[in-house]
Amino acid sequence: MKTEKTKEAKKGVLKRIAGPVVTAVNLDAHMYDVVKVGNEALMGEVIKIQGNNTIIQVYEDTSGIRPGEPVINTGLSLSVELGPGLLTSIYDGIQRPLAVLVEKMGNFIERGVSAPGLSHTKKWTFKPLVKAGDKVEPGAILGEVQETNIVHRVMLPPNVKAGVVKTIRSGDFTVDEIICTLEDGREYPMIQRWPVRVPRPVREKKNPTIPLITGQRILDGLFPIAKGGTAAIPGPFGSGKTVTQQQLAKWSDAEIVVYIGCGERGNEMTEVLTEFPHLEDPKSGKPLMERTVLIANTSNMPVAAREASVYTGITIAEYFRDMGYDVSLMADSTSRWAEAMREISSRLEEMPGEEGYPAYLAARLSEFYERAGLVETLNGAAGSVSVIGAVSPPGGDFSEPVTQNTLRIVKVFWALDAKLSQRRHFPAINWLNSYSLYLDALHDWYDKEVSPDWNKIRSWAMEILQKEAELQEIVQLVGSDALPESEQVTIEVARMIREIFLQQNAYDAVDTFCDMKKQYDMMKAIKLFADLAYSAQLAGVSPTQINTIKAKNELPQIKFIKDYKPELAKIEKEMDAEFNTLRSAA
Amino acid sequence: MKEYRTITKIAGPLVFVEKTEPIAYGELVNIVLSDGTIKRGQVLDTSDELVVVQIFETTTGIGRDSGVRFTGETIKMPVGREMLGRILSGGGKPIDGGPEIVPEKRLDITGAAINPYARGMPADFIQTGISTIDGTNTLVRGQKLPIFSGAGLPHNNVALQIARQAKVPGSTESFAVVFAAMGITKEEANYFMADFERTGALERAVVFLNLADDPAVERIITPRLALTTAEYLAFELGMHVLVILTDMTNYCEALRQIGAAREEVPGRRGYPGYMYTDLACIYERAGMIKGLKGSVTQIPILTMPGDDITHPIPDLTGYITEGQIVISRELHRKGIYPPINVLPSLSRLMNLGIGKGHTREDHKKVSDQMYAGYAEGNDLRGLVAIVGKDALSERDRLLLEFADLFENRFVRQGYDEDRTIEDTLNLGWDLLATLPVEQLTRIDRDLINKYHPKFRAGAKKE
Ligand SMILES: Nc1ncnc2c1ncn2[C@@H]1O[C@H](COP(=O)(O)OP(=O)(O)OP(=O)(O)O)[C@@H](O)[C@H]1O
Ligand SMILES: Nc1ncnc2c1ncn2[C@@H]1O[C@H](COP(=O)(O)OP(=O)(O)O)[C@@H](O)[C@H]1O
Ligand SMILES: [Mg+2]
Ligand SMILES: [Mg+2]
Repeated sequence: MKTEKTKEAKKGVLKRIAGPVVTAVNLDAHMYDVVKVGNEALMGEVIKIQGNNTIIQVYEDTSGIRPGEPVINTGLSLSVELGPGLLTSIYDGIQRPLAVLVEKMGNFIERGVSAPGLSHTKKWTFKPLVKAGDKVEPGAILGEVQETNIVHRVMLPPNVKAGVVKTIRSGDFTVDEIICTLEDGREYPMIQRWPVRVPRPVREKKNPTIPLITGQRILDGLFPIAKGGTAAIPGPFGSGKTVTQQQLAKWSDAEIVVYIGCGERGNEMTEVLTEFPHLEDPKSGKPLMERTVLIANTSNMPVAAREASVYTGITIAEYFRDMGYDVSLMADSTSRWAEAMREISSRLEEMPGEEGYPAYLAARLSEFYERAGLVETLNGAAGSVSVIGAVSPPGGDFSEPVTQNTLRIVKVFWALDAKLSQRRHFPAINWLNSYSLYLDALHDWYDKEVSPDWNKIRSWAMEILQKEAELQEIVQLVGSDALPESEQVTIEVARMIREIFLQQNAYDAVDTFCDMKKQYDMMKAIKLFADLAYSAQLAGVSPTQINTIKAKNELPQIKFIKDYKPELAKIEKEMDAEFNTLRSAA
Repeated sequence: MKEYRTITKIAGPLVFVEKTEPIAYGELVNIVLSDGTIKRGQVLDTSDELVVVQIFETTTGIGRDSGVRFTGETIKMPVGREMLGRILSGGGKPIDGGPEIVPEKRLDITGAAINPYARGMPADFIQTGISTIDGTNTLVRGQKLPIFSGAGLPHNNVALQIARQAKVPGSTESFAVVFAAMGITKEEANYFMADFERTGALERAVVFLNLADDPAVERIITPRLALTTAEYLAFELGMHVLVILTDMTNYCEALRQIGAAREEVPGRRGYPGYMYTDLACIYERAGMIKGLKGSVTQIPILTMPGDDITHPIPDLTGYITEGQIVISRELHRKGIYPPINVLPSLSRLMNLGIGKGHTREDHKKVSDQMYAGYAEGNDLRGLVAIVGKDALSERDRLLLEFADLFENRFVRQGYDEDRTIEDTLNLGWDLLATLPVEQLTRIDRDLINKYHPKFRAGAKKE
């Protein structure tokens, strides 16, 4: 009886509809409550309360909705379903599985169809890891399910009291069936729901010390991101944001990947869907799709759901982190998310901040990136969420608010450069403007895991590139022949670093991924050439002669060879011999 | 149907109506003038007090005495097979003197988003016969590839040449062209129509014409009508449809005009903040669908105000489309046709449609190598202007020559010259052969041995 009454009180009436933002009256609501709008019960979320008026952003197209139609408050916050079945899924911004939507409404996205994030009929084999009498803390691992090749650890929700296990079941269950009962009578299924705008709690945040190895030379070699770190990749259109993000989704050594296509192209999501099942994780040898969750709210899908998509994605990422996994999350593009905020804000007639963005833009961005991190989870495991956000500045101008506010937060900056992409230098990451603030934290790891001289070689390469930029200014005025001979050698070495080491073709079957060992060997070979060249030059060999060294021209081929070692050794030997000949002639 | 006479305000293309029954957001509205003329509009904002209607024609003649009829449904487009060969106004009415279209279906012009899960991956190479497109910025079926141009440049010729020559080698599937003009001059329109007639393309075309002196706000619906038609032909009749939209700049101006009339907070350079989303709802209506036969390929044309590629119209377009073909004033001045500047041009779907099984195994690497050479040679032109040719190294001198050769032989071709992809790639190799082999660092040794003229010739002699 009582519940009936509260339900009644929660019903309001639509007063105004103007695009994705609608106003209801007489609705008993709290901020961020999820509501059902109109006769078709479209999903929406309360974003402003003003006297008797409740302003709602609607996650679906509002055409055809009229004033006077009902609005019902669910009393819940926008939440995602967490449990077995997330992996390999593709969702829209509010966790509706796109595959289920195709079944329910065909090839085009119509509206008014709800679909739960997880299958509630599929049975999963649950294997308990606690027994009756065990004390379980919030976030404790109760058992596991072999979800794909990934083990899904089923946990006690993080926001409940500790308790003592009374019964724990083993066998095949749907996500809704009770698998664990506590002494105090509380019962838990495998599924948990979590409000997307609230970060999931952890025991402790730690400082990252291990790089996220991506197989991309300019990233791992020059500007690495740590596991649990944050990076931004801004660039004008066509400069390589998406390809770089997809490369990270494919090859980074994260255990779980969450890829958010936020307000971007439909075909790009299709590309991931088509490709990933056929690509192998270089570590596990299993299809990449098995460790991946995709969120696709493309540019032509409702803008309010686009706003929600990044929260949906990061909540799923946190959930896998809580199991002790290293998760990496790519958001392409955070600018479209910011624009969704701007669009909603302007419909609310809020006082605009810089370039029309709401005044809370900076706060939202930093709250989002703060959800990244290396943590000790509630159950004591080590897990991490690394966040890599693409930024799409209007006109490619980095001085705009989204880029600037992002750069104030993130620790790694991969600056894409239209000039480089136009000459098809890929990845078009500008080596002079980019930076990583993790270099010191990762120093020891590179020292131990790659080579004791790696950090030195890295600094050497950066110096050469820096020097080249200065020399180029002179060359632009007087031509390269006017440079002193040793500097002509520097120019040549810098070219080799750029063309051999930095350029990496994402579409080449071999070069798409380059492990740290090969990166080291390649840079070492360039360094060898440089050392030989400088000393030959001192011995009187001219730069023109140095440029005739054949072995140097063989070096780029190493990129395309999988078992490159024998070839590389041969090239290095020839290089040495050729220099000897030149030197003895001089 | 109830008719209201409660118009309280008319501002620009907007009409404000009071004291109505509950009116649906987005519904189609007919405004009835005293002489019986009917003007169409759409509900932009609805509340129990006031309804805001955006009119798609001029507001001339609309007054507080005009009648307002709310139709209760969103705007629909009658479509049918018979539309092929017809010329319609920018509002979808026949203007070729022929009969009304007998609709097989009436479709919502807004067009729902294709579920990304239902999309098929575009991968069929379209040969346009233009080297700078086929060789270095390949178009594939289901792609949206705009032409970025400037006032007075021959973008129309390029678009027509593509429409005329486009074919999928070895395929005999049925195709159609949907052409939508927004705010172009009568003369330009005639130019397109004459070419369509000359080549017989008109039979397989549906033409929508909103000309420069037609109402600007009608331009808001013209591309939507065109794309609704295209989707019908593609996904219900199984045709491969090429959609040409020109000029998107005029469309965006109309969008800005409506934003201003609504007194919205403007975004960059006065264009509405939602222009990205709005344009996306047009451009994303291209593609293929798994399990269906047809496809929609879009070639929107836009003129960049002040030739500025960072202007919001090309900028937002480039962020949505799958690349762009950039027409260059400099090449045009040099007398080169088609004056396509490959450096800022891009086809993002190129990699899916080229290579073994599509075009030829060496395609990608040849293209990359030509880009690298042309970009570097082009940069050197600036240097030569300062220090003179003599100060250049041998390497640089060859690159400089390569840039000239590239423009004169690869870029330049005839308006009716239809090059096969083999011609284009072989031409590329001929040009690359002017550079020292060691400099071709983007190409694997195997491909060089197989395709480089020097080795090919050598192999023949043996
Ligand atoms: N062949 C190349 N491959 C990769 N990068 C290159 C190459 N040549 C130049 N660059 C880089 O491209 C960037 C821009 O170079 P450039 O000197 O042409 O422009 P700039 O001096 O920045 O001109 P502006 O003042 O117009 O911005 C520099 O970082 C330069 O090192
Ligand atoms: N690492 C890379 N290797 C080869 N090509 C690349 C690479 N990165 C980008 N590209 C090329 O650049 C194009 C545009 O890249 P994309 O990531 O879509 O740009 P953005 O997302 O910045 O608009 C791609 O279609 C591809 O042709
Ligand atoms: Mg992109
Ligand atoms: Mg761990």
